[in-house]
Amino acid sequence: MEVPILKQGAVLIATFQAALSDADLNQLRMGLVQQVVKFRSRAVIVDVTAMDVMDSFASRTLREIAHMIRLRGAETVIVGIQPEVAFAMVQLGLTLEGVATALDLEEGLAYLNEKFKTTN
Amino acid sequence: MSVEEIWVAINSDQDIVSARQKGRLMATELGFSTGDATLIATAISELARNIVSYARRGQITLKTVNGLNRQGISVIATDDGPGIPDVRQALRDGFSTSGSLGLGLPGVRRLMDEFEITSQPGRGTIVAVKKWRQ
Repeated sequence: MEVPILKQGAVLIATFQAALSDADLNQLRMGLVQQVVKFRSRAVIVDVTAMDVMDSFASRTLREIAHMIRLRGAETVIVGIQPEVAFAMVQLGLTLEGVATALDLEEGLAYLNEKFKTTN
Repeated sequence: MSVEEIWVAINSDQDIVSARQKGRLMATELGFSTGDATLIATAISELARNIVSYARRGQITLKTVNGLNRQGISVIATDDGPGIPDVRQALRDGFSTSGSLGLGLPGVRRLMDEFEITSQPGRGTIVAVKKWRQ
């Protein structure tokens, strides 16, 4: 399954779809990191608004994506975790510790703008 | 009251997605809230993932169940894989033998209302969980 990755200046925006298999997620992880290298991106926003299930594999993959991108010197923000998905994640014992999250795409962009401003 | 039963063969990671989608659909049809349907779909995803990681193949059975004045959904994950030598240990948070997060079974137990596990080393594992509609 193709995940659209949008380039907006120094930021890449990846929109995850509802029914991603493990293979899709693995492919995405590699694809995103490669794009960050290719475009010398400073940040990645992963929009998971459409994801209706975030199980242990999906949340581990998101954490790995964020850590790999951090090693590249860029920032990752996960946006759009739905309330019921957040509830299920907590019940399951899943955390996204050390990974920035924001309410939605707009908030994610605002967070990054603020961050870039202070570092420049 | 109609009794519905769905079997989903679990042979690959793609089947994990299809099992949880079918589970969500059944839960929604039974009148579960979106929140509860998400908990059920997440539990199915973890159970199907255990099958793929440990036994390679197995089956998920989804059934409507009728209790006293209440209706629910039953999810049974069956495989004839290597089995779990120490079930009590597998139910503790943080335990895993496949390098995964090790949250599978205790997490599933928290997501659902009823949880039963039978496992025989060399014979396979059956995990049966239920959630009742509020």
